[in-house]
Amino acid sequence: MADFTEDQIIRYSRHIVLPQVGGKGQKKIRESKVLLIGAGGLGSPAGYYLAAAGVGRLGIVDQDEVDLSNLQRQILHRTADIGRPKTHSARDRIIELNPDVEVVPYQTSLTSDNVMEIIEDYDLVVNGCDNFPTRYLLNDACVLADKTIVDGSIFVFEGQATVFKPHVGPCYRCLYPEPPPPGMVPSCQEAGVLGVLPGIIGSIQAMEALKLILEIGEPLIGRLLLYDALATEFRILKIRRDPDCPVCGDNPTITELIDYEEFCGLRPARC
Amino acid sequence: MAVKVKIPTPLQRLTNKQSQVEAEGFTVGEVLADLERNFPGFKERLYDEKGELRRFINIFLNEEDVRFLEGLNTTVKDGDEISIIPAVAGGSL
Ligand SMILES: [Zn+2]
Repeated sequence: MADFTEDQIIRYSRHIVLPQVGGKGQKKIRESKVLLIGAGGLGSPAGYYLAAAGVGRLGIVDQDEVDLSNLQRQILHRTADIGRPKTHSARDRIIELNPDVEVVPYQTSLTSDNVMEIIEDYDLVVNGCDNFPTRYLLNDACVLADKTIVDGSIFVFEGQATVFKPHVGPCYRCLYPEPPPPGMVPSCQEAGVLGVLPGIIGSIQAMEALKLILEIGEPLIGRLLLYDALATEFRILKIRRDPDCPVCGDNPTITELIDYEEFCGLRPARC
Repeated sequence: MAVKVKIPTPLQRLTNKQSQVEAEGFTVGEVLADLERNFPGFKERLYDEKGELRRFINIFLNEEDVRFLEGLNTTVKDGDEISIIPAVAGGSL
């Protein structure tokens, strides 16, 4: 069956038995190339599940090293990994789980200079980054390169997820044309986060990524999923492409990457 | 008209930590003005100096973004739900 080994057929048997997946779907998963932005709170569960599912290539962009305070939620890293580059410990954990996956670490921040080259090799981008400059940079790059972003974000007890498919649904700028001024929105570092929350949102991102790869179901394109952990409430809001959007609108004014630190009124931030 | 307003975490310090409050008005703008009366501080967080909604905050009436309805002039009815959804960046940290 589709040149899977016997072990692989067993490994993926719970997928293959699904009529919506089958051997054909598992082959699609194996041929897929997914880029994770961040091996942190969202990237950990998303990357771990995508690796378990048998994604062919997983790129991981992260410039940070594992810190003790990460381990409360970033499940790709262990106590023994403290001080190591996150891309390395993430790669080790993924290979241990599933040696079929090709892991490509990018121990760097995403910049206007490297983003186009990095995303070029991937079908899909799973965004788990934690700062506005990178969100806008990635958004614009993915609109220009026609790459779909599976987006997630978290704040304290609330999470959001959506899928930005260029020109089919809205992009991040359609939703938020401008970032908040620095200091207006506190970061997770200042505000704290219950560690399970990124686990839930990152798992939703992995599910959406697999649906897109398999071309099944209704992806979260044009819909914003909100999760309120304290109320245990999921809601869905409609989001629309803005014809006046500066990057994906009918008459775009942003046709190449700009200076995102300046756009967000910030000094270089870390993702 | 009595409307439910969903308050996002970053603004819950204005509502004594409540994630949902009631407010009155015939339009979205009036409901937000009523919110400001009961919980001072919202106006400054939601509007810029020109009195326009800030671009990093979206207001939804039920499941629709009011930018694609009639903005702040969109009429509301009893039992409607307004959500304030600011941009958040948290993920990897
Ligand atoms: Zn757009």
